[in-house]
Amino acid sequence: MSAVPLPSMSSQAAGAGASAARVATAALVCAAVLIAAGLFLPKWLTFLVTMAAANGLVSLGIVVLMRGGVVAFGQGMVFAIGGYTAALAFNKLGITDALGLVLAGGVAAALVAAPFAPLLSRYRGIFFAMLTLALSMVTYGLLMKLAVLGGSDGFNTGRPTLLGQSLPDARVGYIVYCLAVVVSTLAGALARIYFDSTRGLVTLAVKENELRVEYLGGSVRQAMAVNFIIAAFTGGLGGAMAVLALGHIDPNFSYWTTSGEFVFVAILAGPQSIAAVFVSSAVLEVVRSFSSSYFPNTWQLALGLFLLFVIRFLPRGLGSLWTKGNAR
Amino acid sequence: MTALLQARGVGKRFGAVVAAADIDIAISAGERVALIGSNGAGKTTFVNMITGYLKPDVGRIELDGHDIAALHPRAIMRMGVARSFQIPQLYGDLTALENMLVANACEDRHLSFWQAARRPAAVDRARSMLQRFSLAEHESRRVSELPGGVRKLLDIAMALSGAPRLLLLDEPTSGVSAQEKFPMMDTIMGALGDGQTTAVVFVEHDMDIVERYARRVIGFYSGRVIADGAPAQALATDDVRRYVTGELLQE
Repeated sequence: MSAVPLPSMSSQAAGAGASAARVATAALVCAAVLIAAGLFLPKWLTFLVTMAAANGLVSLGIVVLMRGGVVAFGQGMVFAIGGYTAALAFNKLGITDALGLVLAGGVAAALVAAPFAPLLSRYRGIFFAMLTLALSMVTYGLLMKLAVLGGSDGFNTGRPTLLGQSLPDARVGYIVYCLAVVVSTLAGALARIYFDSTRGLVTLAVKENELRVEYLGGSVRQAMAVNFIIAAFTGGLGGAMAVLALGHIDPNFSYWTTSGEFVFVAILAGPQSIAAVFVSSAVLEVVRSFSSSYFPNTWQLALGLFLLFVIRFLPRGLGSLWTKGNAR
Repeated sequence: MTALLQARGVGKRFGAVVAAADIDIAISAGERVALIGSNGAGKTTFVNMITGYLKPDVGRIELDGHDIAALHPRAIMRMGVARSFQIPQLYGDLTALENMLVANACEDRHLSFWQAARRPAAVDRARSMLQRFSLAEHESRRVSELPGGVRKLLDIAMALSGAPRLLLLDEPTSGVSAQEKFPMMDTIMGALGDGQTTAVVFVEHDMDIVERYARRVIGFYSGRVIADGAPAQALATDDVRRYVTGELLQE
């Protein structure tokens, strides 16, 4: 799993806050443990964790936005852009390096999101949510219609390489898993540093009182636009990672139910803990896997009941289980 | 002496209501000015126009000779104008220290993605400001849990954090008990320090506060300036006695 279980997840409560060194150390330890554990995990579980990490990256972006007081219901758009970018780079440009494909996915999603960021930064609440949803559904519609991108069926990609090395059949799943762990822990550590930074603190202030931020000289719209682009970048990373794990891309990456799952994970996690985002993503994958095996037609029911349980008993999300009450 | 702030023929209407009419006011560096007037007289409208919250319908508002009437509040703040609010505008879920850290952080045009908000230098600076306002004991408490007077002081401390040249205080003692008003104003004026050049303009209803802390009084009535001068002189005018203090009406 790609969680970053840092004591400093509740940094502001912890006094001076998490130093970059502490965050880096914890991320390294976390990544090392998970990579080592992967050697002993069955393939189905490493795949499940890989997908949880990929989806968790998208939800991490939603948490970045949530800290500023908005929730994006359309992160499927950046998930799809990241995925299609990686898949097209592989098939059309001959770029096979997994790390390069993942980064390309993130950068492409951020670039596509950037022109929309100034517009979206003007909106809050349901308007922001619906606008992002609209963008994702426009993307879905386009992807469905574009035959060159495989239309509704999408298309497959081949096996990636990593740092110039081809990946053998028996190891490809594990190596993609390791890449997912490394990328997720790195993204989690960077997100922690960002949350603890001056910009991160001002984002919390924006959520509480935009007027005062402006009267102190801060730019609310810039803060929101930057967060949207960051969320797009992590969403793109997640989309590319998912394509590497699945070997396939289709327009459903941008469908509204996919976006809804990312929001589900973000709410399940709560905004305080980055580790909780990836834990929640893993929980969703586990519940989905087992529910669809044992209750193939009603797994959403099980998922809904689980979310109700969490909202009732853990209103600040799973992260509140291990973060202090005033953690942010 | 060149005025720091100069309002020239400023007017503002809200439908049929005249909130400001032909206001000409000049404020110099280091002045202590009280804006007085009954509710709806136009004091807060004037403050709101200076700080960009409202745009005047006519007239110019100049800061160092530059017209700021059409500027966004953020741009005006960056030119050295700060304000506090009648109802403190704080971050209730953050602690007092974090509120001050936000105030300090917002001074930078380019917020850092990686520089820790709670780095020792920033915390020391924030604590120092809290101490100037006698708020050190509250630094770890959530602002939503603080008493009204403390919230008022924190609101003003945050406004002062950027060392503004013009500080506008909208009813700094409203909602504060009579016993606390003078100590609170002493704290504010003490935090401003002696001989420094920050001009302070405060909206106030309590004439005892006005007489003690202002060196100049501007009286408003129906959006117009009805008195402007030293406290003793301004408070003795017939218009102020009639429309602001109500003394003439009582007589």
